[in-house]
Amino acid sequence: MYDIIALVTLLALGYFFGRMAELRHYKSIIQREQEYRDVVAIASKIPPPGERLDASILVSGSVVISVDYFKRFLAGLRSLVGGRIVAYESLLDRARREALLRMKQEARKVGADRVFNIKLETASISRNARGGIGSIEVLAYGTALVQVAGGDQN
Amino acid sequence: MVISNMEIIPGKRIRLHLGLVQGSTVRTKHFGRDLMASLKNIFGGELKGYTELLQEAREEAVRRMQEQAKAAGANAVINVRFSTSSVTQGAAELFAYGTAVVLE
Repeated sequence: MYDIIALVTLLALGYFFGRMAELRHYKSIIQREQEYRDVVAIASKIPPPGERLDASILVSGSVVISVDYFKRFLAGLRSLVGGRIVAYESLLDRARREALLRMKQEARKVGADRVFNIKLETASISRNARGGIGSIEVLAYGTALVQVAGGDQN
Repeated sequence: MVISNMEIIPGKRIRLHLGLVQGSTVRTKHFGRDLMASLKNIFGGELKGYTELLQEAREEAVRRMQEQAKAAGANAVINVRFSTSSVTQGAAELFAYGTAVVLE
């Protein structure tokens, strides 16, 4: 009986706080994505040739996000029947966008407006006792190109 | 020292390749952070302690890579890659590697 009460309490806590945290996070992500729109992240390996002379600096951003108890429970249920785990999709989406934003933040700090060769790396860092994914880390990194004063070749 | 994950450095010519350099560090979290993390496992959200820990560890790995490059006489490391692997429960290895070069 106590087990069931504990489980329901954990699920309810996970549902309410997890949902609140996610909504708040999405709101801040969308707002900051607007703010950092002028810092362009490009996945090309090298910049187009014959352009202005730049200095290159490695920039990176990372975030560790944990999934809440309710979503983990849902994912456990889902793994019985198979299919999309929507609960985890939003977790990964949030983590990637946040990591990219932090990278852009660092790029702006060094005075760059373009970041080339973006790489995204995802790792699950802590596993719980039953072997499920507890939290994930996403790292985004790339090379920021900073225009050198007086280095314009055109 | 120039650190870049591109294969070239725009506007500079590579004079000499000195081969692969690498740096790694294995870190584990301490008890306080672990406690916070297990709470966050119920509520969800960002684990700030872990983010900081991994960021510090990655900087350390890059520093070690840089030292190795410096010892080889390089003035830049290009094509840098990061990789993370969990070695045991609660410990992670942060690894950085790249090609040491001499720029003109």
